[in-house]
Amino acid sequence: MTARFKRQQGTKIYHFSSLADLMAKATPERSGDQLAGVAASSAEERIVAQMTLADLPLSTFLNEVVIPYEMDEITRLIIDSHDKLAFAPISHLTVGDFRNWLLSDVVTPSTLASIRHGLTPEMVAAVSKIMRNQDLILVAQKCHVKSAFRNTIGLPGRLSTRLQPNHPTDSENGIAATIFDGLMYGNGDAVIGINPATDNVPQAVRLLKLMDDVINHYEIPTQSCVLTHVTNTIEAIELGAPVDLVFQSIGGTQGTNDTFGVNLSILQEAFDAAQSLKRGTVGNNAMYFETGQGTALSADAFHGVDQQTCEARAYAVARKFNPLLVNTVVGFIGPEYLFDGKQIIRAGLEDHFCAKLLGLPMGCDICYTNHAYADQNDMDNLLTLLGTAGCSFIMGIPGSDDIMLNYQTTSFHDALYARKVLGLKPAPEFEQWLTKMQIFDSVDEVRLSNSNRSPLVHSLAHLG
Amino acid sequence: MKKNGGKESLDKRDEDKVTHENPWQKLKTFTSARIALGRAGTSIPTKQMLSFQLDHARAIDAVHSALDIPTLLTNFRDSTIISRRISGKPMAVNSRALDRFDYLQRPDKGRQLSESSWETLRNFCSETETTFDLVIVVADGLSATAVRRHAQPVIEGLLTLLSEDEVSWSVAPIIVVSQGRVAVGDDVAECLNASLVVTLLGERPGLSSPDSMGMYLTWGAQRGARDSSRNCISNIRPQGLNYPEACQKAFYLMREARRRKLTGVNLKDRSSTLDSDVTLNHSNGSSFLVAAPNYTQEK
Repeated sequence: MTARFKRQQGTKIYHFSSLADLMAKATPERSGDQLAGVAASSAEERIVAQMTLADLPLSTFLNEVVIPYEMDEITRLIIDSHDKLAFAPISHLTVGDFRNWLLSDVVTPSTLASIRHGLTPEMVAAVSKIMRNQDLILVAQKCHVKSAFRNTIGLPGRLSTRLQPNHPTDSENGIAATIFDGLMYGNGDAVIGINPATDNVPQAVRLLKLMDDVINHYEIPTQSCVLTHVTNTIEAIELGAPVDLVFQSIGGTQGTNDTFGVNLSILQEAFDAAQSLKRGTVGNNAMYFETGQGTALSADAFHGVDQQTCEARAYAVARKFNPLLVNTVVGFIGPEYLFDGKQIIRAGLEDHFCAKLLGLPMGCDICYTNHAYADQNDMDNLLTLLGTAGCSFIMGIPGSDDIMLNYQTTSFHDALYARKVLGLKPAPEFEQWLTKMQIFDSVDEVRLSNSNRSPLVHSLAHLG
Repeated sequence: MKKNGGKESLDKRDEDKVTHENPWQKLKTFTSARIALGRAGTSIPTKQMLSFQLDHARAIDAVHSALDIPTLLTNFRDSTIISRRISGKPMAVNSRALDRFDYLQRPDKGRQLSESSWETLRNFCSETETTFDLVIVVADGLSATAVRRHAQPVIEGLLTLLSEDEVSWSVAPIIVVSQGRVAVGDDVAECLNASLVVTLLGERPGLSSPDSMGMYLTWGAQRGARDSSRNCISNIRPQGLNYPEACQKAFYLMREARRRKLTGVNLKDRSSTLDSDVTLNHSNGSSFLVAAPNYTQEK
């Protein structure tokens, strides 16, 4: 068998059979790649792979694909939509040079914006593999990605939150109670987004109406979303439901998306339907995507490609539809893909970096399940790191405990912690609303009001 | 500088400034979510923070506690209901996962019997030269706590219902699998020539539910069976789906599975009178938040 790449290290010669093999072996250790059987077999092999990858010209990724063009519509999307002009300024660089270039002082937020469409997910994944956590943070912080619907997401110095008022039986007052709690803690500017317990069209319509009423009643500059299958939302739109954002989980291979019951043409249909509604007031980015490392392996559609590269390929799908929000659900998938806090933290930083470099309004569901080797302290660490990296938004739920999905993510309080220590504020339109509603005495100082004079509190009077 | 610095705790007035309760405690009647936690500054107060940590600790313990197999086997043997309905003694086997660490990292190993366990069950089957209508498999899954608490009462409930069925059921000895996932039941069914396997196992623990048990039914199971060929009954515990309801659902599905010789997506659970859309059908899509007049008009 002939190896595509060879590298001598001391007396030993390392072989890497393909570009996918080289990238997988260069990936920082994680359980999902080990489960898939694509990971490096020793610590030395991993670094030798990284050295080999660092020497690879970026242009290699335009001539050599990890999943064949004929087999996979996402490969076709990546190759066909590549912007050669945007790529020109970096076309002479190797992956290793590219890391230096990204970190250098000559590269500014506007430089990064100008090359976005010259980058492919594989280039971005490759460079992330040879970057340390601090590199991922530093460069991501230089990527400014703005999106807008009824408010503006992703401005520098801002950190938004998705208010996630899930309830095990979708009870209206149960959901409303959590929305109330979240708003009173200054959460909900990215979206008020419900994962429905009963996942069908009538339920989605009912929940959309519930949120739309609240948003209208209190004139909240935010948007709502029911996280149901994209075809359900298309039906809801046809029924005249008040749809703001259209949601879908996506993956980075055609086979993964098959198991989600979507493809590029269904997503295009959803995108067109969402655009036609024109319900945004300051912008019309109307899509919301969730992703996460491990989904391609879980769908048995990974083609020997490591889970982080598969994840980055999902961003090509997201990018096509100008989303308002994208987030990785980083620790939800379980320890067989990301074993512990260390692996979850690394993956969260990689996903945020890769998506931002490709130009996506990236957030993160900073989360873990009870069978992973992770806890609240790991989430505090990732939150602080992502806040520093300029993460667009995080989740907000009461006390970190999602009683419907049975996992732990960031709490309403956590968002205020991050804003406080990092000097961040919510979206500007939402910030004004929080002040007007007397929820905060000072948004700048993250000081909540003690007066309980907010008009929101008036709603409690009707409960007796 | 505090005047009474020597005192151990803050006096009442200081405490009011330090922590703030939320005046919307009554909203807790609408949801078990951790709302109205109050705050110290903008952080979660000590009591509420530690209460969360306790729930997380319990969930972790549920994942990592080992299933006490000797006690479980003894309890099964001592149960009159079980020994009356099943002639063979319960047996303990294990999956290919060596320990919890291996189990959590390698789902493929938890889905198959170890070679020696496969041999044991094969030998048992060739000695008895029988086939079975049903085998009940008990596996620790992600919560040994769930199995320890709920497996026996659910098995007894099921066997009681089966004894009232018009057709008789030949039931294989109960097989207890350590470090087992759902699909390990397929191996057991194949080894024992059982038409239907019912696998009981601990589900991934939630913070408020460290002891949820799941029940999976698979017809004609053998190694490599697809997940779409199973029926699942989830959240079995007294505070979730209680034992009688879980057994009724399972009994319905088992009879239908035997009659139609299938399980999975083509076998729908029509046993329940409690429609899952119950909240949908009895609601008008509005909440307390919009019962008030528009706040702008209020001013």
